[in-house]
Amino acid sequence: MGRNFGRPVRRLEDGRFIQGNGRFVDDVILPRQTYAAFVRSPYAHARITGLDAAPALQMPGVVRVMTAADLAGAPDMPCGWMIHSRDGAEMKVGSRPLLASDTVRYVGEPVAVVVAESRDQARDAAEAVAVDYDELPVVVDCGDAMAPGMPQLHPAISDNLAYDWELGDEAAVDAALAVAAHRVELTLRNNRLIPNAMEPRACNADWDAQDEKLTVWMTHQNPFGMRTLYSAYYGLAAEHSLRIVSPDVGGGFGAKAPNYPEEVVVAFAAKLVRRPVKWTADRTEAFLTDAHGRDHLTTATLGLDAEGRFLALKVDTIANMGGYLSTTGSLIPTYMYGTMLSGQYVIPAIHCRTRAVYTNTCPVDAYRGAGRPEAAYVVERIVNVAARAIGVDQAEIRRRNFIRDFPYQTPVLFEYDSGDYEGSLNQALALSDYAGFPARKAEAAARGKLRGIGVAAYVEACGIGPSAILAKLGGGAGMWDSAEVRVNPVGTVEVLSGAHSHGQGHATTLAQLVADRFGVPIESIRIVQGDTDRIQAGTGTYGSRASVGMSATFNACEKIIAKGRRICAHLLQVPEDSVRFADGVFASAATNKTIPFGEMAAAAHAANAFPTREIEPGLVESSFFDPPNFTYPSGVYVAEVEIDPLTGVTEVAAFSAADDFGIIANPMIVEGQIHGGLTQGIGQALWEECRYDPDTAQLITASYLDYGMPRADGLPEFRLAFGCAPSPSNPLGMKGCGEAGAIGSPPAVINAICDALAIDHLDMPARPEKVWRLLHPKAAG
Amino acid sequence: MTVALRVNGEDVRIDVTDRTLLIHALRDHLRLTGAHMGCDTSQCGACTVLVDGVAVKSCAMLAGQADGCEVVTIEGLARDGALHPMQAAFAEHHGLQCGFCTPGMIMLGIDLVRRRGAADEATVRSELAGNLCRCTGYQNIVKAIAAGARDMAGAA
Repeated sequence: MGRNFGRPVRRLEDGRFIQGNGRFVDDVILPRQTYAAFVRSPYAHARITGLDAAPALQMPGVVRVMTAADLAGAPDMPCGWMIHSRDGAEMKVGSRPLLASDTVRYVGEPVAVVVAESRDQARDAAEAVAVDYDELPVVVDCGDAMAPGMPQLHPAISDNLAYDWELGDEAAVDAALAVAAHRVELTLRNNRLIPNAMEPRACNADWDAQDEKLTVWMTHQNPFGMRTLYSAYYGLAAEHSLRIVSPDVGGGFGAKAPNYPEEVVVAFAAKLVRRPVKWTADRTEAFLTDAHGRDHLTTATLGLDAEGRFLALKVDTIANMGGYLSTTGSLIPTYMYGTMLSGQYVIPAIHCRTRAVYTNTCPVDAYRGAGRPEAAYVVERIVNVAARAIGVDQAEIRRRNFIRDFPYQTPVLFEYDSGDYEGSLNQALALSDYAGFPARKAEAAARGKLRGIGVAAYVEACGIGPSAILAKLGGGAGMWDSAEVRVNPVGTVEVLSGAHSHGQGHATTLAQLVADRFGVPIESIRIVQGDTDRIQAGTGTYGSRASVGMSATFNACEKIIAKGRRICAHLLQVPEDSVRFADGVFASAATNKTIPFGEMAAAAHAANAFPTREIEPGLVESSFFDPPNFTYPSGVYVAEVEIDPLTGVTEVAAFSAADDFGIIANPMIVEGQIHGGLTQGIGQALWEECRYDPDTAQLITASYLDYGMPRADGLPEFRLAFGCAPSPSNPLGMKGCGEAGAIGSPPAVINAICDALAIDHLDMPARPEKVWRLLHPKAAG
Repeated sequence: MTVALRVNGEDVRIDVTDRTLLIHALRDHLRLTGAHMGCDTSQCGACTVLVDGVAVKSCAMLAGQADGCEVVTIEGLARDGALHPMQAAFAEHHGLQCGFCTPGMIMLGIDLVRRRGAADEATVRSELAGNLCRCTGYQNIVKAIAAGARDMAGAA
């Protein structure tokens, strides 16, 4: 731990947010601004038989109406991750135009866009665009999508099947299951969720015809990826003339990582009308079109020996892709899911089959955890079903099966780097007073309440890399991150980071790192992010990958210090290898003189005290860090619930989380990430469910009146503890903490509910009606 | 139509349409972009401002309805460079992450103190049911508001 690093330093970025001076995309109004409103399909599956923009063009303030015809030549939306089916065939990608012209496949799919002088004029005119549809039958449930006679979404893609993927040794799994002393089977659903960042998606595109330069302000987690796509793929402008700015971004959670059609269309519109065009989604648009998360139907079988040791796990999953494959939609239920099915356990044989299907719903992509929560949910649920079947305590069965030696090669591709799973279990049991639970259960029973306790252990894979391995798995982009560290003549420092903070506090954590490394005040450091005109390259932030950008920053700092030592060797007139740097001061055993960091910076720019043919003037260094492996954070969670049998209402009475994130930059920020992740996971377990009408595929949960968001009054005070098994995959030993809470908490809560009700399983969300019907089967009918 | 308001201590007159919402009048006409539009159903509270001293979801009020009213937004809280105690409490207790819901949370917190005084955490949780945050899990927002309430009582 340093003066700053590792400590709960208060956030440097907070001043602007608490005073209303944050700058989010919708806050930006440009000269000659116009506003866009999309015409969206009211049907989930229909043929477009006619479109008449004329009535809209007569409306006041309308500048332009754009349809697919105006985008002729623009390529379809790409899926960025190629998955091969088990027969070797490439996945089948249903074509997804920017604006639909022929067929629509989910409610809310964009059909046209109106550009007008004001937001209200654009919206009014969008309603006046007349589109004729011939409705087609729909399919909503992923379990139905492959059935005979179901509506087919895409021509030449039979059974709505995008791919039929597998991982692991099926024969070995079948052989082990055949001789297992115990076998348990479980069918479960992982409920579809809507990410719901509080800031809706927004963009503002500005075309400078003179310089042929396109600037797009965009709420996004990865502005660099968007610049590459917009230039190389869509040809909107040359890469060096394309600026993407993702300023303050109001939450991402994965849903601001994909490439969406609306933002691309707005960029084309700005070029067409030669004025800035701004679009801000309203909340219903966000519900309808932000990539959804989860939505799996899974059957799993676990085999155990007579002592309760795991022998084999077989998992068969149908994953709902929605109407089209989103940017990384294909990746989530495959290499971010099947690879995680070993959980924290030694399971000698694992096989995963995933069939990804098209349905008449919004495309599905990354949502906090993205594949890893789905895997943890399968593993942690079936482990409890097994514990119940063989009569072993849920904590004990985990202890019996933990991986204890690292690195550990799982049977499903990944090699875990480090961990102390039993240490986390012990922490969680102590934190939750697991031993005292029977007394609390008895006390609750005396009040007529059903109390249950649930243990769940998760492992996740963060800091996705290295690039060469990912390319072999179908990845289409490098997975390094970058940092450029600029030391100014007076010793202040700018860090140009390729990562992107949308709430994670990088402006503070990166500054903590650099301040301690250079021994300078944290106030003298400024973190620059989210602007491709200032930062040359990066990969943004998703998948709890800030350790990658942090490592790049660290390495760039090391280069600065190495150059500083060379400069100081000349200033001190001592051999270079005698120069040491610590606590912000360059010193040598060969002299009593010392040089503070700031003086070295001044000397680097003055360039009059060292040979500039050997050492270049100036003090700027950059680093691109390609991680050698993922990092593998882990943890054990204990949820305690109390159910009112009269109403079916479940209250989370207590929640304890013991996590291992390796080295932690700022415990205050990490705790905040856990609070948020746990809350989203509890939301999934108890309230949140994206629901479509099965007959029409209309989105029923399209506002906060209908979608069960977690609120302050339904949550316990979380108890947290941290272990620390540093990751060897980066120079700082960090692992990543953003998604953990959302991964471990759904199975912990459902395990607790199943314990309270003495049942094997119930599907999320455990809303009161569902629980009540279970408790009152006769009355429920 | 012309609407006359007193916003953060300054008298302003703005030309709006009869359907302009107060949130849009503040954001688009007065360029006070601290209050945010997070939903369209007055469910999320990101747009909360004080109208005549009372917390109001400004997406659920027409600008015309606010004619003659005194409006305080997040931009009007700090005085002479000194943060309002509720603002300071949010920074001290890490009551924000992405910062989008934060202005609404702070304004609601101030209104809560007006109505309930230095409320305990359970009261704060129940009073917060109309303001959504997706980042923090509310735990530190609750702590921040409870601490801000204590500080406001101390300052009064």
